[in-house]
Amino acid sequence: MQKRIFKIESNELVARDTFRIVLRTDGPVAIRSGQFVDIAVPGYYLRRPISVSDSLPDGVVLYYKVVGEGTKIMSGMTPGESLELLAGAPGVQVFPGAKKAPEKYLDTPAAQRPRANCITGLGFGFHPEKCSSDALLIGGGLGAAPLYLLAKELLAAGKRASAVLGFNKADEICLVDELKALGIPVHIATMDGSVGTKGFVTDAIAAAKPAFDRFYTCGPLPMMKAVCKTLDSPGDVSLEERMGCGAGFCYGCTVQTASGPRRVCADGPVFDKEEVLW
Amino acid sequence: MVNKDLSVSLCGLRLENPVIPASGTFGFGLELADSFDLNLLGGISLKGTTRDARFGNPTPRIAECTAGMINSVGLQNPGIEALVSDKAPALRKIYRGAIIANISGFSVEEYAYNCAQADACPDIDLIEVNVSCPNVHAGGMAFGTDPASAASVTKAVREVVRHKPVFIKLSPNVTDIVAIAKACEDAGADGITLINTLLGMRIDIKKRQPVIANKMGGFSGPAVFPLALRMVYQVAHACGIPVMGCGGVRRAEDVIEMMMAGATAVQVGAENLRNPMACPEIIEALPALMDSLRINNLQDIIGIVQ
Repeated sequence: MQKRIFKIESNELVARDTFRIVLRTDGPVAIRSGQFVDIAVPGYYLRRPISVSDSLPDGVVLYYKVVGEGTKIMSGMTPGESLELLAGAPGVQVFPGAKKAPEKYLDTPAAQRPRANCITGLGFGFHPEKCSSDALLIGGGLGAAPLYLLAKELLAAGKRASAVLGFNKADEICLVDELKALGIPVHIATMDGSVGTKGFVTDAIAAAKPAFDRFYTCGPLPMMKAVCKTLDSPGDVSLEERMGCGAGFCYGCTVQTASGPRRVCADGPVFDKEEVLW
Repeated sequence: MVNKDLSVSLCGLRLENPVIPASGTFGFGLELADSFDLNLLGGISLKGTTRDARFGNPTPRIAECTAGMINSVGLQNPGIEALVSDKAPALRKIYRGAIIANISGFSVEEYAYNCAQADACPDIDLIEVNVSCPNVHAGGMAFGTDPASAASVTKAVREVVRHKPVFIKLSPNVTDIVAIAKACEDAGADGITLINTLLGMRIDIKKRQPVIANKMGGFSGPAVFPLALRMVYQVAHACGIPVMGCGGVRRAEDVIEMMMAGATAVQVGAENLRNPMACPEIIEALPALMDSLRINNLQDIIGIVQ
């Protein structure tokens, strides 16, 4: 991993308690969907892990919710101010494991895969390469954020995608316009019925009946559990856990999975649906 | 600037410098191999290991605090066999410095068994016996908060370890640290590591429940430095065996301070979690700091404060 200084380009309220922050740095960035960065907030001891919503040539777009004192401080920071991010090692984490590499590199020995000299993300993200033709992106609240980068990756690989996003109320809705701008259909569920289907994302999926061969989900645990129980198709699940180091060496965020103890930060945060024990 | 000598001698082991990431804050070393050259480190204390593999405690295991953090990992580890046949040999392939096995147990017999395994592993240089983990029941800290228990573990380990220095890592959650350290020395310990974490707690006032799933955990970070320094000073001056100082160290100044208090080597713990480059940054800063303090050899300042 590496520490890098990023400069705030913008930091704006986009929904209730929800901020969109654009950060730029002085080197090339190549982060994959579902990966995260770990932000040092001035005055606070531990970093804040935040999933990447978009990877820019020299920066990142993140969404975060003001839930405590650290994120409150972040929300008050202004363009021009700097943040120190912990990110993945230069180029090394782009295609690290045989099973995690994009399809076109699956037959290439790990050592011979391209290693760009760039800033990568922490952890292992989504697997767009496992989708045959049609993906369903299922987000709850801020869980929609990493699905944006995933949608871009899927479309770039010639695949189709549709999204179902769930929110408590209308004032929490975010990322819908951005996803629609990519040209993918977006269905919304709200708990109070103010927008879209009233109820859970599973209700909206039942109503919209989207065609898909693989789903990708990020959001609250109960939502993802319901999604995995309801949908028969294979899927990727992005887990969240309170982290210490964010890079796999403190064992603070370990969860039990079908394949044994796994660190959410370094073995995930994205796991195959079959691995997650509910 | 005159060439600065950062090396120290720890029970006959020559360390290139006194800076060692503390057990539990650096995995088995390999996890950080892509971040910086591990050979910059004087030593590496590996993740605490028990006889059998352990999942550890439920999550949340981490709570943030002012100037520190609480962890309740609960000795998650792959077991002693994985340590001696897999983790230590793999680290040795890329690392020349001192490899320290941190050994835990739930009975005196288990401590002895694990230490014997570590003693037989050619890739381990020093054994650190953890009688101070606050995160497991019926083990760990229970052995380190009473002089007689600490001595019985030390004695059992001493009987089976023939080749390597044995350090006992002590808990600060005691009234008289010197009595426990002396009991370990008398039972044959080659050195003392201190301090482990302090038992702490946080409550989520919105949820009205503890932040940590296990309710309590080990508090560490810069906030504990003065307490750790005081204990290092007391033990180093009361005992005739070397001390590895640990607790709240975050910068080169802290390393010097720990050594002046009596530490022969200095471990960096929680700081690694907020800054994985903490150890190499501290080592890089040491020569200039030594120069400004008119220190040429670090070995010279060990315990100079009376």
